[in-house]
Amino acid sequence: MELTSLERDMLAGKHGAGVALAMRVQVGTGKAFYAERMVPITRAHVAASAQEGDVYWVTRLVDLGARCVVSPTVNPSMDLKYVDEHIHALAGEGRERVAASNDAYRRIGATMTLSCTPELEKNAPAFGEVVAFSESSATPYVNSVLGARTNRESSISALCAAVTGRVPEYGLLLDENRRAEVVVDVEASIADDFDWSLLGWAFPMKYKGCEIPVFTGITERPTPEGFVQFGAELATSGAVAMYHVAGVTPEAPTLEAALGGNAVKARVTITDADLDRVREQFSGEPGPIDFAMFGCPHLTIRQVAEIAALADGRRFAIDTWVLTSSLTRELAERMGYLSSIRRAGGHIIADTCMDIPGCWDFAYNKSGVTESPKCAFYCQVYGQRYAVRPLAQAVEAALTGEVVK
Amino acid sequence: MSVDREYTCRSISEGVGKGDVILSKDALCFALVEAATGVVLEKGHDLEGRSVAGKVLVMPTGKGSSVVQADGLYRLIIHETAPTAVIIEQPEPVLVSTIIAMEVPLVDTVEAAFYAAVADGDHVVVDAVGERLVLRKTGAGQAGAKP
Repeated sequence: MELTSLERDMLAGKHGAGVALAMRVQVGTGKAFYAERMVPITRAHVAASAQEGDVYWVTRLVDLGARCVVSPTVNPSMDLKYVDEHIHALAGEGRERVAASNDAYRRIGATMTLSCTPELEKNAPAFGEVVAFSESSATPYVNSVLGARTNRESSISALCAAVTGRVPEYGLLLDENRRAEVVVDVEASIADDFDWSLLGWAFPMKYKGCEIPVFTGITERPTPEGFVQFGAELATSGAVAMYHVAGVTPEAPTLEAALGGNAVKARVTITDADLDRVREQFSGEPGPIDFAMFGCPHLTIRQVAEIAALADGRRFAIDTWVLTSSLTRELAERMGYLSSIRRAGGHIIADTCMDIPGCWDFAYNKSGVTESPKCAFYCQVYGQRYAVRPLAQAVEAALTGEVVK
Repeated sequence: MSVDREYTCRSISEGVGKGDVILSKDALCFALVEAATGVVLEKGHDLEGRSVAGKVLVMPTGKGSSVVQADGLYRLIIHETAPTAVIIEQPEPVLVSTIIAMEVPLVDTVEAAFYAAVADGDHVVVDAVGERLVLRKTGAGQAGAKP
């Protein structure tokens, strides 16, 4: 890989040991993928997690003197104050690790958004912009819906990019690697956000390859929330970092444009029966449930408004948690949605992930309802059994304390 | 009498590691390995129930989300149950950056003759500085890592 004199100096330690370490990871990654050079980035998002390995890495870099030249937004962990007041007093190692993570990311120069939907607020790239995004649900949105360019960065490599201000040029940064090779004929009817979730889960079940897919047969543009959920499920059920929707997404004005002259490697058809199989897989058992969990990825203000409208003047029968960004929570307060949900006995918590150890102990080994297949999939490790329903039905289940078939 | 054989490779994460070979047909996510023992927990994985601790891990590529791979490997290193070196066929961004950051030797583009010769339990020195592998045939396993 050809490095500029500045980049060679960074690698050699002339800008400090922390920068040199970050550069070493990126040059090694560039070498692995035969990158010819490094290119500047204008944005970064780090999937910070308050897990041991992540805290180790950010602390090591910052203690070696690294500081971000492009301030990254960061993923959620836990709102300690809210958890203290409403769940339990988090003690010991868990509390220390969350505090250590927040402290290290602040010191290295991150912008503490603590949300997994940076592409919707505070860090939305423009068409063609080269960025380093490491949240697996944000990556497909950034590449596919916005037409900005990022590889599937790890939390480690995205932080290196924020520190050095550049990334090795390979993969999805290059035109020729952004074109589709697999055509997906969507014969299923896709009517709402939840159908997009099901479609996102269904495609990798039918096709295991890592080529970029183009979806055809879509007549109506999804909502932003539909796109967020679609990408989240594609990246959970498979490892899709980019897709096209013919006639909808910006690099796919037509099917031909999405393919860009590529031969079609495979054709996949998704029918109503395929969506029904996913619906069935996540339907859970009908009957009483113990808790409700919404917001994987974090809910938008429109989704919070929907919950507030359904809950207004009623009471949740079970523990009900709405997870969102601090900005959306603030807006919900201004709009009165927070009051509606609180009067109903529900919680809106910011900065927090449903997959953060040490927070949700009360819901371990219990049954719940959610709108998110991704939540149901990852939270299995806590012994949680979820029934997944479209948002309105899931809220209704939280109000009655029971999921219906 | 065993004879050492040498093979070329490409270094991705520099360093030297040696140990007995453990061959996997499946990509591995370090988060699904028990930190205390190095035993692979993932259901249905080629290495389920076997330990990667102190071994030279030979696998096609890596898998796992942007965060869990790093945390998984870090915990193995802390518990001294990490592989001493990793040999892959296909680089994958999350695995590559994680392994370089955690300073485990990693190579790819190994010449085909190595895969034809190597078996579970053989001893290998992975020299990811000099870009060479030194194989000593000691394993009882069947040669031919590539199906």
